[in-house]
Amino acid sequence: MTTPYNEMHDAEHHVRKHYQELAAWLDTTPAERIAQKRAEADVLFRRVGITFAVYGEEAGTERLIPFDIVPRIIPAAEWHQLAAGLRQRVRALNAFIADIYHAQDILRAGRIPPEQVLCNVQYRPEMQDIDVPGGIYAHIAGIDVVRAGQGEFYVLEDNLRVPSGVSYMLEDRKMMMRLFPELFARYSVAPVEHYPDLLLDNLRGVSPPGVNDPTVVLLTPGACNSAYFEHTFLAQQMGIQLVEGQDLFIEDEFVYMRTTRGPRRVDVIYRRIDDDFLDPLAFRADSMLGVPGLLNAYRAGHVTIANAIGTGVADDKSIYPYVPEMIRFYLGEEPLLSNVPTYVLRRAEDREYVLAHLAELVVKEVHGAGGYGMLVGPASTREQIEKFRERIIATPERYIAQPTLALSACPTFVESGIAPRHIDLRPFVLSGMQVTMVPGGLTRVALREGSLVVNSSQGGGTKDTWVLEQ
Amino acid sequence: MLSRTADHLYWMARYTERAENLARMLDVSYRMSLLPQASEVVEQSWLATLSIIGVIDAFRQLNKPATPANMLNFMAFDRNNPSSIYNCLKAARENAHAVRGTLTSELWETMNSTWLEMRDIGKRKHSDAEIGDFFEWVKFRSHLAHGVTQNTMLRDEAFHFTWLGTYLERADNTARILDVKYHLLLPDEDELSSNSAADYYQWSALLHSASAFEIYRKVYSDVITPHRVAELLILRSDLPRSLHRCMSQAYMHLCDVRNAHSAETERRAGELQAALRYGRIEEIFETGLHDYLMRFIDRIKDLGERVARDFLVSATGE
Repeated sequence: MTTPYNEMHDAEHHVRKHYQELAAWLDTTPAERIAQKRAEADVLFRRVGITFAVYGEEAGTERLIPFDIVPRIIPAAEWHQLAAGLRQRVRALNAFIADIYHAQDILRAGRIPPEQVLCNVQYRPEMQDIDVPGGIYAHIAGIDVVRAGQGEFYVLEDNLRVPSGVSYMLEDRKMMMRLFPELFARYSVAPVEHYPDLLLDNLRGVSPPGVNDPTVVLLTPGACNSAYFEHTFLAQQMGIQLVEGQDLFIEDEFVYMRTTRGPRRVDVIYRRIDDDFLDPLAFRADSMLGVPGLLNAYRAGHVTIANAIGTGVADDKSIYPYVPEMIRFYLGEEPLLSNVPTYVLRRAEDREYVLAHLAELVVKEVHGAGGYGMLVGPASTREQIEKFRERIIATPERYIAQPTLALSACPTFVESGIAPRHIDLRPFVLSGMQVTMVPGGLTRVALREGSLVVNSSQGGGTKDTWVLEQ
Repeated sequence: MLSRTADHLYWMARYTERAENLARMLDVSYRMSLLPQASEVVEQSWLATLSIIGVIDAFRQLNKPATPANMLNFMAFDRNNPSSIYNCLKAARENAHAVRGTLTSELWETMNSTWLEMRDIGKRKHSDAEIGDFFEWVKFRSHLAHGVTQNTMLRDEAFHFTWLGTYLERADNTARILDVKYHLLLPDEDELSSNSAADYYQWSALLHSASAFEIYRKVYSDVITPHRVAELLILRSDLPRSLHRCMSQAYMHLCDVRNAHSAETERRAGELQAALRYGRIEEIFETGLHDYLMRFIDRIKDLGERVARDFLVSATGE
């Protein structure tokens, strides 16, 4: 593997211009003060309860996501380029979903094999020919971006179902400003705090036609969900009700919530529950989390669901290789951001190559998420690789493979002091009447030396992300 | 507000209040047990405490000797005893967690850090000397929660349901504390005039458990008599933990959340409050204090059930 792009130092080991102030500050600040501040951050996060539940551990286990105090800095010019590429991509993805659930022009034009889309479990026939307000499906998109090579940005994954992490973006910023106000005097960091306002504005803007003062709610699976902290946080920041399925009911194809003063109409549902669990009458019958009859109310146009049902058809890893094609097809533009080259293992020639090069590649499950069920070739033992090989041969259509990218590295506090660790970036793109984003995102960092897996469930941490104003 | 949210707030408050009153009750029993007296008497007093809380059977099932240390540990720290202080604080925090978005961040941080500290305390071994500090800590955390609620929450339904839970729980608990101590101190109600030094300590301990010792002195400027103790804790409108005070507060918060179904509940609460307002202690003693308190506790239970039905688990499409 080649040397990864270092966010702070260039090839000659000079500190890059936008990191110079920070490097100077790190040099002159006594180690004890930093250690004390790091301990303070830990106490604060735990007291505020910014934790996440880990699946597969003892019920109710909550962990802190490690927070690293060295910010990741993105100069204004780099951000503008990146943001333009992200907006372009999300516009195309929304156009694709709208097309798939209506005329299916892109399939007719032969740009994507129809069976890739129509036989995908994420394709929801229930959505066919349903018009949604504004033609928007993916209202909130979390696009995972990495830097590799000489610092080029690559899109690793589009998250269009229920992307999470935005609360850490906001809490990390709050924490940095509390711990190190002096750093903000040295840098003009673009603010991100208005994200909840933007989101609420967006959600209100896509309410069903004819509703003047829409009631927006956030639908959560409940306190056991790993992202529950974020659900409560966003509901509180937006001043909307945080509801569970049991709080809602349907009457005459309208949605109501049960309140201490009787039923109240609900117009927009920002849901953080997967499609499968939304409505036991339409999807999984054993779901205790959803609202019976919700799909009918939705199809009748009496409620907006964000993100829409069936967006998974566009963020599936088997569809990912076609996103550049979507951009050309719907927008008539060349993609501003690159995809990572991807091998689709259902194709015989791709499969053959991948099986011969497993030790160099990253293999992912098409429907996997959260870093579960993936193989990082260079970091795996021979035995693990052989085990995975059997799984691929048994069901090749369930996997894709990508070259192991040398993810960029950013200085990070670890046991031995400050050392480079690999990072990625998840900016959040909001689509309503227009496509907007706050300058920033969630930077995740793989804390183990050499590790490329940044997921919080696999020992990743987070950093504050600074987009500079000039 | 959402019925489920109101439910969690109401129970968060009830469990917080219950933990505090448990600490008060146990603290008094502990202090009383330090007085020079026969060990059977001490044991008897502990068993009485467990019986009013309604956990005597659960304790017996443990097959542990009924020593004060064992009983105290059972009520304070036992993870398997759903009524222990440990589990009350856990339940309070779980209810808060379920609706943390409705709480002010200060209140959530208070509830959460109380539980985190309780968890750490629960892991340690405790010496006798520390147990008093633990009870003080529980009371202090409860005071903090009340203060934070009072000073940070918007005066909306969330606020009223929180206090409604607090006052209904406190009314129930004060009645129970009074009942058990009274029973224990006065097995024979004719002996109202007995006035030994031991009795004095017992009565003053009871007053302490309701933070009412100095208040008694201030209000009556006289020796402590059982009659007056009962009057103070039942009928005084200005003692923060008296039944009268609890009921007038509960009634007020109930009126603030009034809905189309709650008229009868409101009437019953009002009736109970009026009886306390215009009641006389002589009459209460004529009916028998124990019977009176038992009836009161039943009526609080009835109110609790009615609140749940009217507000907390509303039926579909009403």
